[in-house]
Amino acid sequence: MSEVLLSSEGMTRRFGGLTANQNVDIQLERGVLHALLGPNGAGKSTCINMLSGDLPPSEGTIRYKGEDITGLTAYQRSRIGIGRSYQRTNIFPKFTVLENCRLAAQSRRPRPWSLFTDALRMPEAVERARAAINEAGLSGRENRVAGTMSHGEQRQLEIAMVLATDAEVLLLDEPLAGMGSEESAQMVTLLNRLKATRAILLVEHDMDAVFAVADRITVMVNGQVLESGSPEQIRNSPDVQAAYLGHEAEHE
Amino acid sequence: MNSRTTTFFKLAVMAGVLAFPVFGSDFYAEMIAKVMILAIFAMSLDLLVGFTGLVSFGHAAYFGIAAYAVALLTPKYDPANLWLALPASVLAAAVAAFVIGLFVLRTKGIYFIMVTLAFAQMAYYVFHDTPVGGGSDGIYLNFKPDAAIAGWAPFDLNEPLHLYYFVVAAMLFAYGLLKLVLRSPFGRVLVGIRSNEHRMLSLGYATFRYKLAAFTLAGGLAGLAGFLYAVLFGFVTPEYLSWHKSGDVLLMVILGGMGNLAGAIAGAVALVGLQEIFTSVTKHWQLLMGLTIVAAVLFMPGGLTATPARIMARINGGKSNV
Repeated sequence: MSEVLLSSEGMTRRFGGLTANQNVDIQLERGVLHALLGPNGAGKSTCINMLSGDLPPSEGTIRYKGEDITGLTAYQRSRIGIGRSYQRTNIFPKFTVLENCRLAAQSRRPRPWSLFTDALRMPEAVERARAAINEAGLSGRENRVAGTMSHGEQRQLEIAMVLATDAEVLLLDEPLAGMGSEESAQMVTLLNRLKATRAILLVEHDMDAVFAVADRITVMVNGQVLESGSPEQIRNSPDVQAAYLGHEAEHE
Repeated sequence: MNSRTTTFFKLAVMAGVLAFPVFGSDFYAEMIAKVMILAIFAMSLDLLVGFTGLVSFGHAAYFGIAAYAVALLTPKYDPANLWLALPASVLAAAVAAFVIGLFVLRTKGIYFIMVTLAFAQMAYYVFHDTPVGGGSDGIYLNFKPDAAIAGWAPFDLNEPLHLYYFVVAAMLFAYGLLKLVLRSPFGRVLVGIRSNEHRMLSLGYATFRYKLAAFTLAGGLAGLAGFLYAVLFGFVTPEYLSWHKSGDVLLMVILGGMGNLAGAIAGAVALVGLQEIFTSVTKHWQLLMGLTIVAAVLFMPGGLTATPARIMARINGGKSNV
């Protein structure tokens, strides 16, 4: 059994009378790409928002490397190694690729608040940013203005920014959304490469991609975990087929 | 304009400012000093509005607090010591900004605008309705601060020429300080917050602290401007903290071009210049002023500093990228 980095127990979130997540238990292990599947409104975004600290849970516990981090805010979680990307591209469009990543890396370097040193003369952050850009497959694009790149490249940049913060857990909200097949394939290759040393949670609609890349799949329906297991288990689960995959089969 | 032309232009303006009192009249020298002080004020607000994305509509509070600080620190029949009164006034403004920042920075957008205005109005009424600073009449600064250090005075602020160059030095200091801060890691974080605060949080930045630091620094620099203004004109009134004053400085920033220190300076020049021209033409000058500002916002997006590039683009037949 590999090392569990991030886990939730009984994680619940209510919005007024609506229970968006009920008793969600999820475990993210190093070296494992864990996909979170479910129809619209199943509670996937609520789940990822609670794990990243963007949304406090109503009940339940979230642990990182065994420690209770339920009370930590988003920026505190980012600092201990939980990074996330967003469903809608969330970069600094007017900055260059390098500055986007440099800013991400700077938050981890000594003296990110320094008032009188030249930011570009702090080599640690610039080097870390370049390494992240290379790892995300954007070498050569360092000086492009982020907002002028293709959609696929912007999604890659978003991941590069998370990498630049030295995150060990990557919470990726639909990184393949809106991508063409070629871009998708590139992203899948990238994800496969990244998971070797990290734990990844992938929220995704694209079924083909999920089954191609996931080691473990959790299916959510109506805010609850319906089933969790290997892609094979999920594919063959009658519950999942009925709830999510099965609609087409029923009509055949 | 390319950066060499810009640098040349800045140096030429600087040379003109430095040489002016030697050739020009005292009246205009005082006006230039006033413009430079307002330029410090505008640059301090630009740090918030243009670089951090915080539209403060109560920035006059810090300007006025420092102005009152120097007036109240000056004994009735003696000058205050410059080297005590100046830091104390700036500190008073910065402390006020820090404390107010603790509250207002918890709000965003339109609420932030309203809450900064509300705090500034509170400060205004403290001076307007209580005898602390002479009530609505204000208070005279009978003596300009004394620059003596242990009996030796390097300059004398009662000399208009000395005061003029002291203001020039203060403006260069404010400009240099902000330039330095903006290229630092701290400054980069501020620009990131302006662009996308949520993303900065998820990258691990405690954005509240950065905003509070920026708010405090901006308050302190507004205080520097308020201090100089009080010293230049020799009196302080509650109007220094009024919302008109907050509005004027916001107009300077918008008119000059947000997110550009040179723009804040250009905005101060433009606003004071227009005021001067319009008041000489008609007593309904505010009407002309209003129309001019509407026209400027409509036809010069990006403000004065973006305009040369837009004109060049038009001449070259290409589309403007501003």
